[in-house]
Amino acid sequence: MKKIGVFICHCGVNIKDTVDVERLTEELADYPGVVYLENYMFMCSDPGQNLIKKAIAEHKLDGIVVAACSPTLHESTFQNAIEEVDINKYQMEIANIREQCSWVHNVKEDATLKAKLIIKSAIEKLRLNESLIPVSAPLTKRVLIIGGGITGIQAALDIADGGYEVILVEKKPSIGGHMIQLSETFPTLDCSQCILTPKMVQAGKNKNITLYANSEVESIEGFMGNFTAKIIRKPQYVDPDKCTMCDDCTSACPVVVPDEYNEGLSFRKAIYVPFPQAIPSSYTIDMEHCLGFEPIACGECREACEPDAINYDVKTEEISEKIGAVIIATGYDLYPVENMAEYGYGKYPDVLIGLQFERILSATGPTGGVMLRPSDGTVPKNIVFIQCSGSRDPERHLSHCSKICCMYTLKHAKLYKHKVPDGQSYIFYIDIRSGGKRYEEFIQQAVSEEGIIYIRGKVAKVYKEGDKMIVHGMDTLTGKKMEIETDLVVLSQGIVPSEGARQLAKSLKLSTDEAGFLIEAHPKLRPLESLQSGFYLAGAAQGPKDIPDAVAQASGAAAKVLALMANDEISHEPVIAYVDDNKCSGCGICIGICPYGARVLENGIAIVNDVLCEGCGACISACPSGASQQRNLTDDQINNMIKVILG
Amino acid sequence: MFRGIIKNGIRNELLLKVEEISGQNVFNCYQCGNCSSGCPVVEYMDITPNQVLRLSQYGASEEILDSETIWVCSTCLQCSSRCPKGIDVARIMEAYRTINLRSGIGKINPRKIDVSAANDIPPILLVSAMRKLTG
Repeated sequence: MKKIGVFICHCGVNIKDTVDVERLTEELADYPGVVYLENYMFMCSDPGQNLIKKAIAEHKLDGIVVAACSPTLHESTFQNAIEEVDINKYQMEIANIREQCSWVHNVKEDATLKAKLIIKSAIEKLRLNESLIPVSAPLTKRVLIIGGGITGIQAALDIADGGYEVILVEKKPSIGGHMIQLSETFPTLDCSQCILTPKMVQAGKNKNITLYANSEVESIEGFMGNFTAKIIRKPQYVDPDKCTMCDDCTSACPVVVPDEYNEGLSFRKAIYVPFPQAIPSSYTIDMEHCLGFEPIACGECREACEPDAINYDVKTEEISEKIGAVIIATGYDLYPVENMAEYGYGKYPDVLIGLQFERILSATGPTGGVMLRPSDGTVPKNIVFIQCSGSRDPERHLSHCSKICCMYTLKHAKLYKHKVPDGQSYIFYIDIRSGGKRYEEFIQQAVSEEGIIYIRGKVAKVYKEGDKMIVHGMDTLTGKKMEIETDLVVLSQGIVPSEGARQLAKSLKLSTDEAGFLIEAHPKLRPLESLQSGFYLAGAAQGPKDIPDAVAQASGAAAKVLALMANDEISHEPVIAYVDDNKCSGCGICIGICPYGARVLENGIAIVNDVLCEGCGACISACPSGASQQRNLTDDQINNMIKVILG
Repeated sequence: MFRGIIKNGIRNELLLKVEEISGQNVFNCYQCGNCSSGCPVVEYMDITPNQVLRLSQYGASEEILDSETIWVCSTCLQCSSRCPKGIDVARIMEAYRTINLRSGIGKINPRKIDVSAANDIPPILLVSAMRKLTG
């Protein structure tokens, strides 16, 4: 029989005040198998751990029960401690007498009895524990990054600098994301393109980065360290090696469509370069609008192209890449503005969203950086900004705060003031959230010195009178009605995960919140990892984020990946399922029920892929013959635990 | 151009006058309300000191000139000492009083005070009706 030591922690007063630890120590002394008992103020402290190590040596213990807090907190502390004295770490069990006992009870007599039963059940489990060794598997030292915005670019550069290969996949024809659309960035007002394009160029030229633009990840199979990603690369139809960037093709193209880069405020052709600094720098044919797929209808660009770089017959390519880890940096989109009927978007050309206003401010925008309103091309003498358009409205729209709008709205008002010095802007707000570094100062300076008026209240409606827009609101600080006649209205539209990210999350089995943002493994202590091993999160895909935060998270996720890549092989928890060959009938129920794809039938018997199995136990409860068992949590162990608790 | 509270434009002449007399930038105010919470006579006012600042920011100075608040303020300077943005609120109150007094609008005519009764009038009442900080 195992020689078991029981160590009861007071946790200061957390346990001791509710559980009589001295009585427990006495009463458990003659429990079968227990050869040593001890109680101590803080078992997790160094002296506490030393007590355990000393007892193991002196009493030749081969199993340890620590009655203390939840195993999520200190299981690894005690596992490491006993490993130092050469006891297999799976010969240690935690009896949780804090969260499951002392914290939730107040009658000492009852709590002490319950603690005793919890400890006894842990002893029964420990009695049949096997010594396990972690499962190891090879590691592919290549990384897939999905999304080529600032987050994806930063993560790719950091990992490439660390010496590992990166596959960077971007859905659009160029990397750059939303940041390349911005005019200037808060709170320093430095030009967005000036700070982003050097990074784009580096990402495009870096030998360790393979860039797939105009591409999407279709599936990722395998497990941490050994994934295979299937990437669909849409053709650009223009051979970048032959193309001389002469632009003859766009002059020839008869198809005119709204330009995404300018948020629909200008037009582009069906063959186009997304924007001047695009990476990769090459023409793309937009297959949705091009007429050339029916060569009888059109073929103008091919005829105009002197170097003969255009080929309509290029097919979609399916690429398979072996990778060890994935960073999801799919970014954001704006909450559908069509939902904001009360603000008149779509109905009135002079009601814009923030990103459109950003384009009007930008030197590469539809007006060449001149402040003109869309309806009649006049200079707007006043502007009303409406914050929380769609955000913080759980009844009708989004429940979350989109976080970046307070700052970019003020930035817009400021840049407008610089372009139209006699112009007046009004910002309707609910709260001003300026939590970043030097953000509050940015706002206060604008309010005190630049005459930007903040009005506290939500706008009820926007309508048109003559060539003016009437904004109907309320100032809750004075209780007065507020009606402003204005030339332009700009909505700070809320943020949602980018289109397709939700679908991707579903196919990769990554959990998301109600708005579709990816959920991190722990909101405070593991913010960069998904619960799905091998997947890391960065940028606005995880929640609304401004550029500094997105970049910081990108570098953080890159550091996590680099730490993983520094290993020679990956190691996996061995507390997983196994199958008793003699009992398995090959019914296959476990295969369908396994959420990790860790089960296959081989020669009529279900087997477990040790690396894929996460030890969730679904197959064990589903198995009709009891052939599926969990290591160190077998039916025998569970039965013994229940028996001792029921007495 | 405006209906509702902003009807005379933001930086109108009256506001510029208030800023000139008081030497204060009303746009520094971010509406924390500390002036009103510290004011010992706020319950006797029809608009609170922070609302005076807010209405000033909206160029709605007439509302303040017509208010009882500016005559209730006794220039005790609680508001000025509490303001986290360094606004001398009492000077703004006095600026509005001064504008009224200059156009002959007042609560007390000093010439009509009976000399024999003058000694019994608390000085703070005279300050409330007139001025303490400006000439």
